Amino acid sequence: MSRTTIDIWVGLFVAIGLASLLFLALKVGNLASTSSGETYTLQARFDNIGGLKVRAPVKSAGVVVGRVSGIRFDPANYVALVTMQIEASYKFPVDTFATINTSGLLGEQYIGFEVGGDENMLKSDDMIKKTQSAVVLEKLISQFMFNKAAEDGPKK
Amino acid sequence: MPRCEITGCPGVNIPQESLVEIRNLSFSYDSRPILSGINMTIPRGKVVAIMGSSGCGKTTTLRLIGGQLKPTSGEVRVGGQVVHELDAGGLYALRRRMGMLFQFGALFTDMSVYDNIAFQMREHTNLPEAMIRDLVLMKLHAVGLRGAHNLMPSELSGGMARRVALARAIALDPMLIMYDEPFAGLDPISLSIVGELIRKLNDALGASSIVVTHDVQESLKMVDYVYFVSEGKIVAEGTAEEMKHSTAPYVHQFVWGEADGPVPFHYPSRMAYDEELLKREVARD
Amino acid sequence: MIDSMLRFLQWLGNHVTRRINRLGFASRFFLAIFLQSGTAFRRLHLTLREIYFTGVMSLIIILVSGLFVGMVLGLQGYDTLQRYGSTEALGILVALSLVRELGPVVSALLFASRAGSAITAEIGLMKATEQLSAMEMMAVDPIARVVAPRFWGGVVSMPLLAALFSAMGIFGGYLVGVQLIGVDEGSFWSQMQASVDFRQDILNGVIKSFVFGIIVSWVAVFEGYDADPTAEGVSGATTRTVVTSSLAILAADFILTAFMFRGA
Repeated sequence: MSRTTIDIWVGLFVAIGLASLLFLALKVGNLASTSSGETYTLQARFDNIGGLKVRAPVKSAGVVVGRVSGIRFDPANYVALVTMQIEASYKFPVDTFATINTSGLLGEQYIGFEVGGDENMLKSDDMIKKTQSAVVLEKLISQFMFNKAAEDGPKK
Repeated sequence: MPRCEITGCPGVNIPQESLVEIRNLSFSYDSRPILSGINMTIPRGKVVAIMGSSGCGKTTTLRLIGGQLKPTSGEVRVGGQVVHELDAGGLYALRRRMGMLFQFGALFTDMSVYDNIAFQMREHTNLPEAMIRDLVLMKLHAVGLRGAHNLMPSELSGGMARRVALARAIALDPMLIMYDEPFAGLDPISLSIVGELIRKLNDALGASSIVVTHDVQESLKMVDYVYFVSEGKIVAEGTAEEMKHSTAPYVHQFVWGEADGPVPFHYPSRMAYDEELLKREVARD
Repeated sequence: MIDSMLRFLQWLGNHVTRRINRLGFASRFFLAIFLQSGTAFRRLHLTLREIYFTGVMSLIIILVSGLFVGMVLGLQGYDTLQRYGSTEALGILVALSLVRELGPVVSALLFASRAGSAITAEIGLMKATEQLSAMEMMAVDPIARVVAPRFWGGVVSMPLLAALFSAMGIFGGYLVGVQLIGVDEGSFWSQMQASVDFRQDILNGVIKSFVFGIIVSWVAVFEGYDADPTAEGVSGATTRTVVTSSLAILAADFILTAFMFRGA
């Protein structure tokens, strides 16, 4: 086995190895869709975040505009403090309404922005005032049962 | 057990031109002594044989000279330097001036004959490839195998492999060449070729050679001086002629290949034969 | 009674000390490889040669196994997912399991038995035939000339092989899921892209395979260098390479996974 043959084979091997890494990064992973560009930080308080996870998407009108970068408990107010990284090219009014939604019945949870009409835009490190917590299925069901019982009760 | 110490310690007068001096060298593996109090002198330009039965510490002596083992006590001086006191750099510098032929050649099996011989030149020198080629072919020509430079070690016969290893040992024109059992497992023709080459190369290079062997007849033909080692001690020494006519029992037994003598046929056992057989019966009861 | 207990204690103590001794030797050896790596990089063709023997020669087994593992994942995943009516998530399932776990781990296990054992056998045989000794006597450090290039060759090859394994597996999952069963191609790829994160999943997978590469190569060169210079010694060392490195891969995988993916 001559040295040139070995060099060619090793070169080929490294090339297809790197190509498959690139395939994983671009075609399988989200490197292409994750804009590596500038982001700015927004914060929001939620009474209950349900099953929201770090790196969950932030969507507006169904389009991913950012990601959740941190979740922690705020001991002063007994609420969850969620930090988000939003792409710098997307600006939102200060009266934007942040809700925690679920994609599909059992899908992953994400934060949805419903845009308000204010002239002023949110700046970096601003706090979103209007939020709605995650819908907890158990609560919903018990509420429904309770209401049903309350409705049915007096008739008897 | 009778043991003959014919000469005791050799003369203390060291010739000025000696290349290797071994003084009171002892070595033990764990607590098992291999060598105890060896004294040897290898003069420049001479071929010296170390003879003895298998497992008497001959190979260990070579490894101590090459610095692959450290002595328990005593010292080995090569060219005036104490080998075991050298640091890694000094040891490597010394080894570049030594050549060693291993017991079964120890050719690098993943390289061709040519690359085996060029190995040290490529590792230690910056010679251009054209000059390396000339040197390699010269070395191979010296052992008569110039035509085999393209073969792989697996394609060589035992005798050829030994000659290639010999060419590799002299690749950098060493001042000291060590041979570990150069005759082991060779047919009579290869045997005398290798024997002649050892002598010829030593004289042509102006080097000194140490031949560790138990092949008495072949080595007595070409060596200048002989040390007999038994159980880690030197039991006899002298020129080849003296050894041939020696009447000392150990030398006589070795040179004439007798089965029993000072070197007993039986491995030492802790109890007598009949006693041991009986003991086994008792243990079973 | 006391006698046999003492004998047991002695056996235990002896065993433990020997193990610790060996581990210490292996660690010093690991350090020595790093200190003697200059030659392996200065004379790159030495390392390239080893990449050829470990990496290129393992290509076939890695590619074929990757393809089949991916195809099996496609079948099994589809079978499970269709019970919940979410077969579009097949892409996610195949990609995540390959990139995070199966790619690095299975290719490392294959690498250990294909290349690791070969490295051990080669170095062990070189030792048994005194080639390493001869090299030392020629003032060439066998760790620099023989061990380090093989070590680095393995370390470089492993992540590339793992990436090839994963890519091939995803292709296999695509073949079975989309071409054979008929899952929607668009959602197969888009769902995969939406949930496989580059840093979290792919990069961590690469880090894993890199660590596995170090483990397998280290075990392989050490076992070879430490082998008894006999035929049984070399064959025993080869077996130990496969067993030790496989167990070490699985243990390291657990530790790495615990650090990388907890809570995420």
